[in-house]
Amino acid sequence: MIRALRPLLVKEFRQIRRDPISLAMLLVLPVVLIVLVGYALNFDVKHVPLAIFDEDRSPASRAFLERFTHSEYFNHQHTVTTYREIDRLFTGGLVKIAVVVPSKFGEELLAGRDVRVQILVDGSDANTAGQATQNAARMTAEYSNRVTAFALWKKGATFAAPLDLEPRIWYNPDLLTSHFLIPGLIGFIIVLTAVVSTSLTVVREKERGTMEQIMVSPLRPIQMILGKTIPYLMISLVAATGILLIGYLLFDVEVRGSLLLLYAGITAIVLGGLGQGLLISSLTDSQQVAFMASVLSSLLPSFLLSGFVFPVANMPVVLQVLSNLAVNKFFLILVRGVMLKGAGLSAVWEQLVYMLIFAAVTLGIATRRMQKRTL
Amino acid sequence: MSETAIDVRDLTKRFGAFTAVDQIRFSVRRGEIFGFLGANGAGKSTTIRMLCGLLEPTAGTATVGGYDITREPEQVKRNIGYMSQRFSLYDDLTVRQNIAFYGGVYGLRNNRLRERMEWVLTMADLKGHEDTMARHLSGGWKQRLALGCAILHQPPIVFLDEPTGGVDPLSRRNFWELIYRLSSEGVTVLVTTHFLDEAEYCNDILLINAGKLIAAGSPMELKIRHISRPILEVRTDNVVRALESVRGQLWALETSVFGTALHVMVEDEPGGRVRIESTLRGEGIAVHGIERILPSLEDVFLYLLDQDARRQAAA
Repeated sequence: MIRALRPLLVKEFRQIRRDPISLAMLLVLPVVLIVLVGYALNFDVKHVPLAIFDEDRSPASRAFLERFTHSEYFNHQHTVTTYREIDRLFTGGLVKIAVVVPSKFGEELLAGRDVRVQILVDGSDANTAGQATQNAARMTAEYSNRVTAFALWKKGATFAAPLDLEPRIWYNPDLLTSHFLIPGLIGFIIVLTAVVSTSLTVVREKERGTMEQIMVSPLRPIQMILGKTIPYLMISLVAATGILLIGYLLFDVEVRGSLLLLYAGITAIVLGGLGQGLLISSLTDSQQVAFMASVLSSLLPSFLLSGFVFPVANMPVVLQVLSNLAVNKFFLILVRGVMLKGAGLSAVWEQLVYMLIFAAVTLGIATRRMQKRTL
Repeated sequence: MSETAIDVRDLTKRFGAFTAVDQIRFSVRRGEIFGFLGANGAGKSTTIRMLCGLLEPTAGTATVGGYDITREPEQVKRNIGYMSQRFSLYDDLTVRQNIAFYGGVYGLRNNRLRERMEWVLTMADLKGHEDTMARHLSGGWKQRLALGCAILHQPPIVFLDEPTGGVDPLSRRNFWELIYRLSSEGVTVLVTTHFLDEAEYCNDILLINAGKLIAAGSPMELKIRHISRPILEVRTDNVVRALESVRGQLWALETSVFGTALHVMVEDEPGGRVRIESTLRGEGIAVHGIERILPSLEDVFLYLLDQDARRQAAA
């Protein structure tokens, strides 16, 4: 059984070595993708271009505006003197947010009256607009508290806010998008390459007729399946290691939990991806069709349904049910748990079991179809 | 092993409503070269694929090397070699790597693998090209290497599905010499072809059309059994016009064009000559000669196919 696998494995590795483009796709592409996506898919909103319209020009207004000009959330780009200019800057996309301080700002504050500060936001980019508004509101509230405290202190009273929210964010204190995305990217990229590469190699053998030649030999279907699975599993593990290293070196994403558990999870999802690829190749006869089917069936669920970007809990019920078909969903929970939270087996064993079931079902059907002599 | 290498009983394969192979029945003696003839799509490949275990029959049974193809497919696979018209080699592996792979698949190792590799390299005349990529080999070499890979494990029965397609005439002749050599060593060879000249090389042939068996026997038997009437070869300057004027005449039982000559089957030789000559002269076509010839397999098959078509039209 094992001895019969040797010629299959030797042949597969020889073919992989002869085909540098495919090998590059398997090893280099994941690393390139992680660098690209790691830098590009960044939801942190900092350095939003800002315009300031100070109608007051008092020491008080300058003190207030300093909070904005010295913040890393905003880049002070323009100082304007009319609303028309703000309009022009927004239309030209030169600023995304503008702060308007009304005249008599300092006077009114000193007199202890309410003052309205206006913040204008370009809402065409909803995510940026939302976060920038929040940051501006928070900074204004902080300043307002300081003013209140100062006023009370002058009257000999002390200021105490009745409720004090003290947020402490675990696992990813800086809320870095990269810490959230890179663990998920491992599954995303590995599944994509595993599905595409296996489905293509099997369909290529069908096109050339070599699959038929192997089918008339005494090799059993399970041996053929293993002969295709083992080499690509090994390559995928190497690729995953590359991604982990890049994640650590470039984005400071470390593995807090057990490496062994992480690799067990990676192995489980790769097996699922290989099963999916073999299943596709048993259903198609041309490389083009196999390629399209592999890309669509691995990319779309991984991206849209797994919770990689959009949380599963926010989806409509139908999609939540469908999301169970995206094997990446389980991997994501496992990998984020192990890498970011240091979760152990007791926390993620269910995910491991789900992934292994997915792998067993896909590989099982693929083997079955080979037995039925339809491959 | 018994004297019967392959025994096929009412083998049938249907794809949906289409019947590709319809109750075919034949047997092949051990060490025989058995030709399987028919047009493209007649059901030759489908039959071979069932016998090799690549397709499951819809009905009927067959034994290959004494093993039942549906109940003992593993035993069948151990005893056969199979080569398809596609010369299924790995283009991106060298000659030696291809042989090593197929040898390994059949469990050949170490000394035995080396010994068989030598044999294949010699047989296929590939000495000195061991490290050439299979994709750089010419058609004839690819064909011989594919055959070598198919019979590395020395199977007693070999299936060759259109093994000479897309290969030059010299390579085709060399290939048939290899088939003869195998047969003389006691290997049973079942070969499909649509080249009628190749069918002449076979000990026994079987003609199938639209999935049905039409005739079986040795080439000589078929000629004698089916063609009892004389065939006249007519040489004229305009074979097309000659065909048009002779075809349809009641006395012309069968007409066909062979190269630049016209073959006409007639009731009797002297009467036929006179009728052909007068008909063509009447049409103003010059006749350079009329000669009685031995029927070729092509005559036989065209005749049989024609008979078959008439039977079907009548039914």
